[in-house]
Amino acid sequence: MPSLQSNFLGIQSPNPFWLASAPPTDKKINVLRAFEAGWGGVVWKTLGSQVKNVSSRYSALYNANKRLLGFNNIELISDRPLDINLREIEECIKLFPDRAMIVSLMADNNRESWYELIKKVEDTGAHGFELNFGCPHGMTERGMGAAVGQDPEIARMVVEWVMEKATIPVITKLTPNVHSVVPTGQAVVEAGTHGLSLINTIQSITGVDLDTFVPNPYVAGKSVYGGYCGPAVKPIALKMLTSIAQNPVTNKVPISGIGGVSTWKDAVEFMLLGASNVQVCTAAMNHGFRIVEDMIEGMTNWMEEKGFEKLEDFIGKSVSTITHWEDLDINFHHIARINQDKCIHCGLCYIACEDTSHQSINIVKGDPYNTYTIKEEECVGCNLCQIVCPVNDCITMVEHRVAPEYLNWIEFQRRGLPLNDH
Amino acid sequence: MPIQKNRLKPNEYDANFQDIHPPFETKDAALVEANRCLYCYDAPCTKSCPTGIDVPKFIRQITTGNIKGSAHTILASNIMGAGCSRVCPVEKLCEGACVYNLMEEDPIPIAKLQRYSTEMALEKNWKLFDRKPAVGKKVAVIGAGPAGLSCAHRLSREGVDVTIFEKEQLGGGLMTYGIAAYKVTPGFCKDEVDYILSIGGINVKYGVALGRDVQLDELKKEFDAVYLAFGVGLARRLDIPGEELEGVVDAISFIYDIRDKGFDKVPVGDKVAVIGMGMTAIDAATQARRLGAAEVTILYRRTKDEMPCTQKELDIAMLDGCKVIWLAAPKEVIGRDGKVISLVADVMILGEPDASGRRAPVATGDTFSLDVDMVIKAAGQMPFVDLVKNAGLDEQGGKVRVKDQAITNISNVFAGGDCVNGGKEVVDAVQAGKDGAMQILRFLGMPIE
Repeated sequence: MPSLQSNFLGIQSPNPFWLASAPPTDKKINVLRAFEAGWGGVVWKTLGSQVKNVSSRYSALYNANKRLLGFNNIELISDRPLDINLREIEECIKLFPDRAMIVSLMADNNRESWYELIKKVEDTGAHGFELNFGCPHGMTERGMGAAVGQDPEIARMVVEWVMEKATIPVITKLTPNVHSVVPTGQAVVEAGTHGLSLINTIQSITGVDLDTFVPNPYVAGKSVYGGYCGPAVKPIALKMLTSIAQNPVTNKVPISGIGGVSTWKDAVEFMLLGASNVQVCTAAMNHGFRIVEDMIEGMTNWMEEKGFEKLEDFIGKSVSTITHWEDLDINFHHIARINQDKCIHCGLCYIACEDTSHQSINIVKGDPYNTYTIKEEECVGCNLCQIVCPVNDCITMVEHRVAPEYLNWIEFQRRGLPLNDH
Repeated sequence: MPIQKNRLKPNEYDANFQDIHPPFETKDAALVEANRCLYCYDAPCTKSCPTGIDVPKFIRQITTGNIKGSAHTILASNIMGAGCSRVCPVEKLCEGACVYNLMEEDPIPIAKLQRYSTEMALEKNWKLFDRKPAVGKKVAVIGAGPAGLSCAHRLSREGVDVTIFEKEQLGGGLMTYGIAAYKVTPGFCKDEVDYILSIGGINVKYGVALGRDVQLDELKKEFDAVYLAFGVGLARRLDIPGEELEGVVDAISFIYDIRDKGFDKVPVGDKVAVIGMGMTAIDAATQARRLGAAEVTILYRRTKDEMPCTQKELDIAMLDGCKVIWLAAPKEVIGRDGKVISLVADVMILGEPDASGRRAPVATGDTFSLDVDMVIKAAGQMPFVDLVKNAGLDEQGGKVRVKDQAITNISNVFAGGDCVNGGKEVVDAVQAGKDGAMQILRFLGMPIE
């Protein structure tokens, strides 16, 4: 059977599923419940100077069935006394010695504060640090969190302070609230961080209450930008992860992938794009810690099916498939095909193509069921019909190469080949 | 035990006649189903609705929280959309066409969702339609049933002044008087009629019957146009010996009395035979059971393949414990002391197709006898032949003949609904009323197409 045993910077955990630094890892009772449920490790909620939180703290974006798509929060770092956090961290490590215990840190912006915090946390026996350079709300107004991560030079400086003192592995967590995560990533790798993690939450407003006219989450008639997370941010996280995994400086260190990981499939995708492990928060807040059971079983079964014995067999396997647009093969072409046996005549493919794409679907009116077929000569192979079709495997994209050889845009132009004439 | 009324206790009546298709209990429940809707393009459900309600649109409007818009979408196509949500045989119309059927999944509960939006409109008395300023045209409508109300509402929206002449004391027609009480309550029917009339410009004169209290010739002169929507009459005669015996009743009267007089006031037999297999037959059979009849047997001269009712309706009767005898036609009602004691029926066999295209039942010569004390006739309804003929209308078997959906042989007289088609669904009558209004508006020189 494949092994999910994970080794991240020498920190061992029985699986690559860690809980991200967030409310679920705020205190001993939660963390013990997580370990009992089977989580491989936790990143303890960020420690620093004690803060005070507000009420309310969360808001969400839903799909039509009121299933959570995206989630945002305006909670700050840990609002509990440091000594209690430290004592509980130590107790958790003793009770579950095989699990990873990483502690997230956000000290005040001076070397002494970082030194002091690092020393105290190392005394608990914690296995590693994660530097919180990403929190997008509240802490930024005090010059911390994303305010550090958004400026590569400040981030570099803080990491240098940390590396002077720390004797256990250091992971630096990157903020997505930047044009590119690469500059800060490069700066902190050059400053010596052992690993990177990304993404932190994205500044957001999830919506406005149409009765009070106040955005969510509501705090006495006001709100603030919150940190966005959950399934909705996964595509953005995967892109940022890939940019770090491809950069020749940042790809020298292991990456912990974060951002909307909810299932074993999500975790596999993050790892295929270069993450050595993943961190989860929103999905656990939505469903409880029990979701890890299927993450473990699902990933194991998938690995077995694909013939992978260990995580390293597939970590990063897809990184090189993300290329430049101008390297794409213009001679590749595929055309939609509608399986008439499966078609339920809903017309969604037709109206999408007719209104918004290339008028490539033919309609024959029927009573009450119309028949839809692809005009193969018109189809540009955009996938839209397949995307909107509600029936699995009803619309498939069938390869019809324009020519057998690889041809990219540069070469296309060089040869002076014709552009569309309509 | 012979025919008698008041067989059950009040709580038993209440239980037997409670709403057979209860509404969604919560908004969330409605949303779960509404969100299943795929929002089909050129949707089969819409094409299968005689009034062409834009079903995907009204369901999407439920999901977006625009219930008022949803109700408007429904009622703009079908002003009796609330009643139709309870009485339409949706399994052969919109829901029967739902694409989910093709995935072997339950169709969207369109009727239940339609009820959700329209009942909110009625309950909150949303003013969804404006009447244009009066244009100085007057139209008489005969009958305040679905066709008449639909026509009147459409005309009033255009500023036409409408007077409806209704022979009963309540509006709604067969919706109010001819449908099982577990589908619509009298209170609901009244609310729906009031809601339709709330647009204004429609004056209803109750207790006035065409041919008795008013004559078509007078109306033709007094009004710019007349719309005939007087429906059909009592159940078709069996034309067999014993039909006049006490205990042989007409299904329409039977259902009417349940609605009009109350459950405990309607006599029902111990052993009841129902003749026919249409929706009315089912409504009569099930309600006979629910009024306390010990045995109800439905006789149909053809087979299940030809039955006019839907399987879903038949299931209701079967679940109520009604028995069915296929290929059986009444031959004679036997009486004693003037009262029904049994029914003799022919055993039939299917022969060559008849005019309807269905194989015609032929008597085999074998007969059988059923001990019954009540026979309910529900083998179709009879048009008002005399009324139609006396008015000088072109007719066919007593049904008014029209062209272009509504135009009769008399210049400013239009017709639609059951009096034209011989008796179809409420939803068909509503569409007929719309078609009638379109033709009348064109006739009045104010077309709206």
